[in-house]
Amino acid sequence: MSFSRTLEKLKILADAAKYDVSCSSSGSKRTNTNKGLGDATGMGICHSYTEDGRCVSLLKILLTNHCIFDCAYCVTRKSNDVKRAAFKVQEVVDLTINFYRRNYIEGLFLSSGIFKSADYTMERLVAVAKKLRLEENFNGYIHLKSIPGASDELMREAGLYADRLSVNIEIPTKSGLQLLAPDKNFEDFIKPMNKVKNEIIQYKSEKKIIKSTPKFAPAGQSTQMIVGASGENDFQILKTAEHYYKNYNLKRVYYSGYVPISLDSRLPKIGTEVPMLRENRLYQSDWLTRFYGFQTNEIVNLKHQNLDLNIDPKLSWALRNLHEFPVDVNTADKRMLARIPGVGMKSVAKILMARKYRKLNWEHLKKIGIAFNRAQYFLVCNSNHFERRDLTADQLKAIILKNSKSKYDKMLSSQLNLFS
Amino acid sequence: MTEKTLIYDGSFEGFLSCIFYIFEHKLKNETIQNKYNTQKSLFTDNEEIYTDKEKSDRVWQGLKAKTSSITTTKIYYAFLSEQLGIEDILSTYIKYIFNSSTKVDTDFTHPCVLKTSQIAKNVSREKHRMEAFVRFKLTKDEIYFANISPDFNVLPLISKHFKSRYADQKWVIFDIQRNYGLYYDLHKVEIIQMNFPKNFDFSKTDANFFAEEEFEFQKLWKNYFTSTNITERKNMKLHVKHIPKRYWKYLSEKQP
Repeated sequence: MSFSRTLEKLKILADAAKYDVSCSSSGSKRTNTNKGLGDATGMGICHSYTEDGRCVSLLKILLTNHCIFDCAYCVTRKSNDVKRAAFKVQEVVDLTINFYRRNYIEGLFLSSGIFKSADYTMERLVAVAKKLRLEENFNGYIHLKSIPGASDELMREAGLYADRLSVNIEIPTKSGLQLLAPDKNFEDFIKPMNKVKNEIIQYKSEKKIIKSTPKFAPAGQSTQMIVGASGENDFQILKTAEHYYKNYNLKRVYYSGYVPISLDSRLPKIGTEVPMLRENRLYQSDWLTRFYGFQTNEIVNLKHQNLDLNIDPKLSWALRNLHEFPVDVNTADKRMLARIPGVGMKSVAKILMARKYRKLNWEHLKKIGIAFNRAQYFLVCNSNHFERRDLTADQLKAIILKNSKSKYDKMLSSQLNLFS
Repeated sequence: MTEKTLIYDGSFEGFLSCIFYIFEHKLKNETIQNKYNTQKSLFTDNEEIYTDKEKSDRVWQGLKAKTSSITTTKIYYAFLSEQLGIEDILSTYIKYIFNSSTKVDTDFTHPCVLKTSQIAKNVSREKHRMEAFVRFKLTKDEIYFANISPDFNVLPLISKHFKSRYADQKWVIFDIQRNYGLYYDLHKVEIIQMNFPKNFDFSKTDANFFAEEEFEFQKLWKNYFTSTNITERKNMKLHVKHIPKRYWKYLSEKQP
């Protein structure tokens, strides 16, 4: 291949793909059979980290940034005056294989602008994955973007070669979508997502009977929502996420703080700060529902439509539900242990095991690694020292904030000032 | 009571042979020291322990019977940390296991159980980092070569990962600090020693040894690394937290 041409294209098409946050490479079960290249079993690996602190696990590129759509929030939109480029199928294959052999990446994340039609684009994406699997004997991770509106047949073929498929809904509400991406049809997003969901269900049931059923998107489906572009509150965002987790069995919903890239008056101005703290709080809430046994309604609801920026969502929930505390770590069940602010799931597991041997006191808990600063007000253990004052939620919050230093302090003060 | 110091050859089997000796002679207050890493003490009674495969196997099998595979793995990982005094932490732990009638490996309130678990975690993190930060460079003889200098002796732990992943290419991973490497010849992984030319710069790619296209792919990779970064979200603190500076020297994308 011509290295200088490829270098130029890579520059353009990696730059255009970088707003897709997903870089996960875990959850697939593709073993290296017949001495091929690569192995996608077990956990994912971050091979590097960019200066913004994000993981580099996959070669994340667009096949092309030519696009027939004009979505206001997207850097690749038709009306944007940017350099355009397109990879050939073979170029993507060569890049992936050569990067993989050098242990730079776990695999490929291929997305694309939509040129000509949805099917025409999807066909090219599938062609890359097919070539990697069948001709190069590649067992690494492949994440393909489902192009909104792509046909069922193509989605089925995509699932046979890819480990993960994703379609980004980007804007959480129909009205927001109407405003920012008027030529996109909401149903077009749902169509491929639904097809993939049904195929995965079918694969799982067939697999039980015939072990050799070919794999179908073993790492599941995911989606992404932009945060802070179209005025949605956290309640709307998390409820939308809940809807997709429940109805489409998604593995992940990603939240992407909007990076201003457009002069369009419908969007935040260029230079507006990226809402990274809010994004972080959304991920914390996402984790609470996926791993800590929380319901979305407990974290946000009609009364509390936005997450607290200066404290984490679990602490925020605890302060609204002081009647559930203090929790006795030596007797409480797993569900309540997981609800103590400052106690993570790793600590919960250790507490459950360790308390079989002896009653736990503060020293034990600190060594196990709980965040004492927050946890101390919400639990009792085998020690005479515990919070005896009858503090109100506001008093508690003030004490905790006074005694903690958040890595977000700087950001917090500037973000809060916006509202004062 | 006499304080004994057991001296062994630094191998895991050697360490387990010491454990066998401790139980055989019902020792108390002993310490175990690596022959190549001893701290001389005037008032102790030194005893050199010879590595005995049969005895070490018996200890290892005994451990496997008394405890979970997670725990035996942790003990092995913690041993590879090569930290000063690790032998004594582990021998306390192993004695605790053998002397208890019930399973004790989840007793995180016991100092040596927690300590072993934490050190094993550090080693496991380093193993994972090496699986991530190895950068192969294609040599003129079609071998993918990488050099590393990990904090702990993790080569034995990463062998399987690279073997199953790069089954169709020859590769070498060389630990320049411990001066040995792994070589995969398309069939099996072997432990190798290597001689490098004087003044060989491990952080550079020498045109005398490496393939021409190697330079092009490094350029592409570095270019990709820069292009995929979002400058508006720059966060060097997080960047350095994920890739501490001591790892930068062998990452081609971090070279000037």
